[in-house]
Formats: sequence, C-alpha cells, structure tokens
Amino acid sequence: MECVFGLVGNDFAIVVADTSAVHSILVHKSNEDKIMFLDSHKLIAASGEPGDRVQFTEYIQKNVALYQFRNGIPLTTSAAANFTRGELATALRKNPYSVNILLAGYDKETGPSLYYIDYLATLHKLEKGAFGYGSYFSLSMMDRHYHSGMSVEEAIDLVDKCINEIRSRLVVAPPNFIIKIVDKDGAREYAWRQSVADTPAPSA
Amino acid sequence: MARYDRAITVFSPDGHLFQVEYALEAVRKGNAAVGVRGTDNVVLGVEKKSAAKLQDSRSVRKIVNLDNHIALACAGLKADARVLINRARVECQSHRLTVEDPCTVEYITRYIAGLQQKYTQSGGVRPFGLSTLIVGFDPYTGSPSLYQTDPSGTFSAWKANATGRNSNSIREFLEKNFKETSGQETVKLAIRALLEVSC
Repeated sequence: MECVFGLVGNDFAIVVADTSAVHSILVHKSNEDKIMFLDSHKLIAASGEPGDRVQFTEYIQKNVALYQFRNGIPLTTSAAANFTRGELATALRKNPYSVNILLAGYDKETGPSLYYIDYLATLHKLEKGAFGYGSYFSLSMMDRHYHSGMSVEEAIDLVDKCINEIRSRLVVAPPNFIIKIVDKDGAREYAWRQSVADTPAPSA
Repeated sequence: MARYDRAITVFSPDGHLFQVEYALEAVRKGNAAVGVRGTDNVVLGVEKKSAAKLQDSRSVRKIVNLDNHIALACAGLKADARVLINRARVECQSHRLTVEDPCTVEYITRYIAGLQQKYTQSGGVRPFGLSTLIVGFDPYTGSPSLYQTDPSGTFSAWKANATGRNSNSIREFLEKNFKETSGQETVKLAIRALLEVSC
C-alpha cells in the first residue's frame, strides 16, 4: 500500500512518498522518511521491501559520494539513474532487490529531471511517475491536471489533489505523506501532509 | 647487505627491513609537504615545483579530499599515492555505510597505515613509496587533528610536521617557531616553514 509519486515542474522536481512503515497488519510507525538525499541536488524516493529499500538506497548514496571524491565533480542525475539501474540489473538474476525508485534531480546544465526505476531494472525518464496502488489514483489525477512548466504552487496543488484522491479512494490509504523538492538551490524537505500524528507517550 | 633486500619478508642480520628504508629514501626525494595544527583549524601546505611549460598544472592534485572532513597530502611516489588514496576514499564511504557515521581522522589514518604495513609483510610486493599527512576534524568533538604515516606503517599524531624534501630542516624550523595559533596565523606559520627550504 506504499504510495510514491513525483513530477517535474518549471525548474524543479517534486517527489512525494507516504510515511507508513507496515508489517503485515501492524503499522510500526507513520513518520518513516522514504525519500533519501542522494547528494545535494538529488532525491531518491523508494518503495518496496523495507530492508532492501534502505540497504539499496544507502549503497547507491555512498557510491555516488565516492564518485564525487574520486572525480572532483558530482554525477549528473542521468548518470546516477543509470548507475542505480545497472546495480538493480546486475542483482536481478542472482539476489534481486525488491525496490521501486523515483529519482529526482537538478543539473545546472539540463535542469530538473525525474527517472522511474522499477524493481526489474526498468528505466524511464519521465515528466510524471508513480508506484504502488496509489499510482492508479495519482497518475490519473496527474494525467488530467499536469502540464509542463508548472510553478511550485501549481505543482503542490496537484500533489494535494493526488494525496486527497488516494486518501479518499484507496482502501488502506496511508495517513501521512512527505513532500520533498529539488531545484537549483538543492534538495530539501518541502512539507508533510499529516492526518494522523504519532501520539507522544504520556510522561510519568 | 645487498643480499637482504630482495625479498622484503626477510630481516637483515642487524634487524633492518631494507626495502622499507629504501622506500623512505624515495619519500625523502619527493616534494615537501607540511602540516600545522591550530586551535580551530589545521593547515596543509605542499611545495609546488615549477611545472613543465606545456603541462596543465591544474591536473596535478597534491592535496586531496578523502571525505567531507578529511584531507591528505603526501610526499613520495605519486602513482602509489593514487592507489592508497583510492582505497582510503572507499574505506571512508564503507565506514559511513556500515556504521551510519563518518569516520574519525584517527580511524582512516590507522587504516592507511595498516595498508602500508601489509605491503611490508607480503610476498612479491614492495612497500608504498610515500608518507602521508592526514588532516581533518573529529566529527564528534570537532577538534582538529594532524597525523602522519610512513612506508613502514607507523603513524602518530602531530602538532606540526613535515615530510618529503628537506623535511628535517622544516621540522627544525617548526620546533623552534611553533606556538598555538588560529586562523590566518596557522596558515602563515605553514607558509613560512615551506619558504625556509624553497628558493
């Protein structure tokens, strides 16, 4: 029931992920951050097997950092996406990772970009993409309302439309979402959309 | 004496490892590098020999980053340095991946020194012909550190040190003139130390 979706705007890219960590019928926590900073100008939103998700994305993150130290220059978003896809492909027929990834980045020369990488190592460069059961709803909303060159306000408005659609129509809809944005100033957290906050433990 | 330096796993009768000592000779021929630790900073300086006219001097990197908070300069065989630096960079990221924390300067120094030592106790290999000066800030205490390693694999922390050509004279200068400095004062001390031996 994990929902991950993203879109490319005017000179930024936005990715949204639900924040529930679920095991069978139990919700471990509802503030799990599934969007990792790959480097200063890249975001990796991942969904899938929780162990694989963290292990694989951290592995990619450290290798991207190593490249930067070795070569004195960061990887482009396209290069990082292709590297990620390559790692998934290599592992696919031995010990595959069950991780679906939306990689969003901003390059000075080429602007914002979004890459769809699924667990079978499919790679697509897209303007909008989504994973999970929520994708049925978010893709439809984005198909209807998306246009290229959206401003941040318009994009967030569309993101909220998608989140509301997921909340109202998906049977086990995740309650909380996190939104992160990447633009020329770097990658950062944009906002949370919470309908259920973790209740703090009562003090003694 | 010459009979005891062919295979470096062999000690000479008077307890020398000649290959290691010859490696130190190679270091003594390399460009000078100096490191000075201040109260809130640490400075690395290297002697930049006048390059060949057609050489693009920007492609010659003598001070490199191992991680966001650690840098390294070395004296000796630059080709060996590339190999060692690459291994150290991988180890820095590997440490971050396994323990979710950046490594301390001492950790990576111990790793590099350990690597240099391994090559003094293996068959068919020669030691790395370089000494390194490793600087950085401890990610937990925020205090600056300066370490040195050499081809034998020993390492220690220093307030100020030099390696490479004329390192003895530079070290003498530093011993005479070292005091606790910060900011630009530390930089000036490092530069003055290098100027002592360059023409």
